[in-house]
Amino acid sequence: MTALLTAAEQEFLDGRHGDGAAVAMRIVVRLAEAMGADRLRSIEGAHIDSCLFHGHSGIDFVERLVDGGAHVSVPTTLNVSSLDLIHPERFLGSDADRSASQRLMDGYVALGCEATWTCAPYQREQRPGFGSHVAWAESNAIVFANSVLGARTHRYGDFIDISAAITGRVPHAGLHLDAERLATIVIDVGDLHPALWESSVLAPVLGVVVGRCAGTGVPVIDRCPAEMSEDALKALGAAAASSGSVGLFHVVGVTPEAPTLDAITRGHVDEVERVVVTPSMLADAAAELSTAVGERPLRSVSLGTPHYSVDEIATLAGLLGERRVHPDVDVFVSTGRDVLAEANLRGDAERCRSAGVKFVVDTCTYITPILRAIDGIAMTDSAKWAWYAPGNIGAEVVFADVTDCIESAIAGKLRVRVDESWWTNPLGESDS
Amino acid sequence: MNGGYAVVAGTAQGPLVRLDEPLSFWGGFDPETGEIIDVHHPQRGLDLRGAVVAMPAGRGSSSASSVILEAIRAGAAPAALLLTEPDEIIALGAIVGHELYDVSLPILVGVDDVGFASGAIVMVTSEPPAVRLAE
Repeated sequence: MTALLTAAEQEFLDGRHGDGAAVAMRIVVRLAEAMGADRLRSIEGAHIDSCLFHGHSGIDFVERLVDGGAHVSVPTTLNVSSLDLIHPERFLGSDADRSASQRLMDGYVALGCEATWTCAPYQREQRPGFGSHVAWAESNAIVFANSVLGARTHRYGDFIDISAAITGRVPHAGLHLDAERLATIVIDVGDLHPALWESSVLAPVLGVVVGRCAGTGVPVIDRCPAEMSEDALKALGAAAASSGSVGLFHVVGVTPEAPTLDAITRGHVDEVERVVVTPSMLADAAAELSTAVGERPLRSVSLGTPHYSVDEIATLAGLLGERRVHPDVDVFVSTGRDVLAEANLRGDAERCRSAGVKFVVDTCTYITPILRAIDGIAMTDSAKWAWYAPGNIGAEVVFADVTDCIESAIAGKLRVRVDESWWTNPLGESDS
Repeated sequence: MNGGYAVVAGTAQGPLVRLDEPLSFWGGFDPETGEIIDVHHPQRGLDLRGAVVAMPAGRGSSSASSVILEAIRAGAAPAALLLTEPDEIIALGAIVGHELYDVSLPILVGVDDVGFASGAIVMVTSEPPAVRLAE
């Protein structure tokens, strides 16, 4: 299908706004054709994932835009890069990779993007409102914007993100449309032990199950007994966008577009597939996240994927108390520079630092060489980190909740309470 | 082949590789070698360079576009992709590959059953969208 362009949009294609803007509009239009959109629509903002270095092709692309005189036309934030500009010593890669990563980042700043360098732009004060249309890339940010904020972005990837920011246009298709936001599968969590909801380990593991079940569809979680915090929804969405291609999920009574199951299925709930989540599904998903086998030393703990919030850093400071982590274990917390500034003001960041915790900003520990040793076990409280780190950096992973991660880091060896039986019996009640 | 439409145009030929599960190119595929490196994927270790890859869908990260583009630049990309479900993030890698390097990596979507076994040398065309045994 050929999308019908307005005169203003056609001007971009014709090169009236420069060669770089013409490249951007060609990409938007070709994507619109691929999605079967009949027209484009405007956006209020964008979040760019393309600033993470994957190879020289990314530099070729951004410099084509810069050299072509392009500039963003809407407020635009930047996702993580490969470098921590505030703690440059964290980067253990080659000088060539460092300078290539910096060159890529410089390109996006030159296009007018804000140097936010975070995968959690929804933790900033200015974030999209309910019903606003944006072009966000980065799978966890997409799913949070759609699900928790009720903003509208399709699952955008690299290159279309900046193309949309430059043109201010996206295809009128996908998750921008009402009909595409209705639930396609019901995930029934009503049979789970209520005490599971008090643990921070449930949300990411449930997210893995949701992603597996939903694939590219729109899941709605039904019979959730508790309020879920933004941090829990963040962990759930990030996991579901790793194990599946989930760009939007609903939780009945919790997320803004799903006041009732009827509303989010437009009364057709009987026609929608229903999956009842069992303890063994959760145990299997949790087991899949831990790839480490055999007796090996604990080398590192990576927290903050997606970037830790102010509240999560406060929780961590509370868990540490006056204790210090073991000298053989590196504990990293990835977060945004804005969040770290706030945690500094509150004193929580200093408490963590004096316990031996190292903050990483502008990037993340599973996408760039930061971990000193990957010959032992890498622990994490993030399902997303656990999912990707083995492929990205060759880490052998043990997934656990933040409490177990920190107790292990202090002990210098694994201390994991959550085992297979925990999912059935989290309180350790005896059968009699 | 049943059904299917082209989201990225072009013609390509190569050995067919059928993947049993969705693949995340980011973190799951090495753009320098063309190998599947996803520890969660049952066909880890398979070489996709120059292959016509049939798979149900992409998975996960929005960086997949960059990985496809880098594989195109490095000469390690698949020759063509046949997807059951649409995946715009994968398509974007191919769209930009054409824009920057003038390389065509045709992508057909809605392909339920490609009709040939892995290893068959097949020709993919976008006009009309079709997969057939190479002559």
